[in-house]
Amino acid sequence: MNLRTFLLGTCSAVALAGLAQAETLTIATVNNGDMIRMQKLTEEFTSKNPDIELEWVTLEENVLRQRVTTDIATKGGQYDIMTIGTYEVPIWAKQGWLLPLDKLGPDYDVDDLLPAIRSGLTIDDKLYAAPFYGESSMVMYRKDLFEKAGLTMPEAPTWDFVADAARKITDKNNEIYGICLRGKAGWGENMAFLTATANAFGARWFDENWKPQFDQPEWKNALEFYVKLMNDAGPPGASSNGFNENLSLFQTGKCGMWIDATVAASFVTNPKESTVADKVGFALAPDTGLGKRGNWLWAWNLAIPAGSQKADAAQKFIAWATGKDYLKLVAEKEGWANVPPGTRTSLYENPEYQKAAPFAKMTLDSINAADPKNPAVKPVPYVGVQFVAIPEFQGLGTAVGQVFSAALAGQMSVDQALASAQQLTTREMTKAGYIK
Amino acid sequence: MARNVSTQRKLVTTVVAWAIGILIFFPILWTFLTSFKTEAQAIASPPAFLFFDWTTENYFEVQSRSNYFKHFMNSVVVSFGSTLLGLLIAIPSAWAMAFAPTKRTKDVLMWMLSTKMMPPVGVLVPMYLIFRNTGLLDTRTGLVMVLTLINLPIIIWMLYTYFKEIPGEILEAARMDGASLAKEIIYVLTPMAIPGIASTLLLNIILAWNEAFWTLNLSAAKAAPLTAFIASYSSPEGLFYAKLSAASTMAIAPILILGWFSQKQLVRGLTFGAVK
Repeated sequence: MNLRTFLLGTCSAVALAGLAQAETLTIATVNNGDMIRMQKLTEEFTSKNPDIELEWVTLEENVLRQRVTTDIATKGGQYDIMTIGTYEVPIWAKQGWLLPLDKLGPDYDVDDLLPAIRSGLTIDDKLYAAPFYGESSMVMYRKDLFEKAGLTMPEAPTWDFVADAARKITDKNNEIYGICLRGKAGWGENMAFLTATANAFGARWFDENWKPQFDQPEWKNALEFYVKLMNDAGPPGASSNGFNENLSLFQTGKCGMWIDATVAASFVTNPKESTVADKVGFALAPDTGLGKRGNWLWAWNLAIPAGSQKADAAQKFIAWATGKDYLKLVAEKEGWANVPPGTRTSLYENPEYQKAAPFAKMTLDSINAADPKNPAVKPVPYVGVQFVAIPEFQGLGTAVGQVFSAALAGQMSVDQALASAQQLTTREMTKAGYIK
Repeated sequence: MARNVSTQRKLVTTVVAWAIGILIFFPILWTFLTSFKTEAQAIASPPAFLFFDWTTENYFEVQSRSNYFKHFMNSVVVSFGSTLLGLLIAIPSAWAMAFAPTKRTKDVLMWMLSTKMMPPVGVLVPMYLIFRNTGLLDTRTGLVMVLTLINLPIIIWMLYTYFKEIPGEILEAARMDGASLAKEIIYVLTPMAIPGIASTLLLNIILAWNEAFWTLNLSAAKAAPLTAFIASYSSPEGLFYAKLSAASTMAIAPILILGWFSQKQLVRGLTFGAVK
């Protein structure tokens, strides 16, 4: 073997070793604006980390949930990073399905994460998922319609004020409805809104011994209030309206108020999509004077399934995607208004962001007002504001949601709906062993 | 002799037939039209039918965001692959059931159909584990296998009904002339059953193309076909109907065109044996 062959051989061996080191991370994510933007910006990450390649699997939220749950429960290992909600994180972390994020690097500044969001992702003082964007709920209202009716929206309205205003604004002949609220059945649809609202009315899903509470007067007040208000001042067919249906109604000028996710603020104020972009005001989700507001708390987070062979590279990517520099990068490329909201304190202290996003303060106040560990007026055994963080909740929430949606549609009375909810929840919770 | 049908009656029948046809086709037409609208026009109320600013922006957006061609190729491989593999298995078994029936043939046919009676999610976890352990997750081979198994009962049933129409005496004659079993199937039976085989082939390609449960659940990044491509444009939070429509149009266009060109075969095959 002469020297040249030897050198050539060494070179190719080194090159092969280099190739072998290039890792491909498969990332499962949902289809929403912020995530799509991240996909477009990942070149910034791969150019700094040439040894890591990224492959994206974007799916609709419910499909994604089913897909990643199957994979993680069977340890299928198809994904190195998963996008999961605040509902899954505590459940999966307790099952030992997620790796704690302990190598995010010195620049990550964990303390900068919003406390309300961070607490939902921390189990036994370990962070199991990093928030990519966070949201709460708030009131979006039409300033012009309020002015016409001689009303002024307070920064922190009560439910009585909201209901009164909704009835005054309603002009059914001109297809203007005072209030648009979710009615479509589903644990993440009407039950997200109703569970959060029930908190403001002093209701709770379970008492300290996991006994369902739908037979209590607080739930009756809340549900009666909601059904009556929607019958008087809501759009027709509200029992099939979810986030998207209400968004479309609001954007086409048919709603006086809409109480929903803070992330909607950037849609309804976008003149390209919304006909009422310059007429929208924001207020905190209403209360009833009992000390809790009906605003929820949700975040989409990046997490690493246990057993991942590429955990170090995955943590590197998560640190990049949820770090401070990423926010700056988005601001540089797409403007401050498009930065993923609701994760970091420093973002809300940034004067440029405050200027570009008129809804910034309201979003921050709404997120801070939510307390997932003490969501209701009375003590509860569970974590979660608009959900109960137990594996059974997806099924339970949807079943109860169907009954409440039927009450809204007038197919059964409020009393019947509550009795049925109480019965089915008691049955399921007994079967699952919570009620002895 | 044809029946004497009054012009009025003809007119009514024609109008009704067209009305039903348009009603069935309308969602596809609407998807197609929406794909050329802006997101704001897509949700406009009252909706604009034809008079809006036509734009191809959504198609560019979809093209720049995802690799359509990769998903398309996966769909082609998976749907054609599973159908051809299925035919290879189904032709001999349908032959056996049609021309050499036993006491239990009817039961076997029913048993095969019974596998279609369980909701697929019931076997998702065991299937997922098998795929994981055999390294078939997110591979085209895996998807071809699972779709073959899923469509096999339908293929066998369809072929069985077509083969039943063919007189067994012809096959017997071939046998008398010394044709082996393989030759009998390949040179005598198959050519006679071409219309039936063609329509089975087409129908199963369409079924496999549209199959969304297994293709979504057993694929991730590499083998994901067009069903995953559409699913990536659906969003519960945010109105992206125009982009979703563009993605849907791109996903159904190939199979729609295939169906268009082969509709003669398809109709002839489906009504094959109706007149004796």
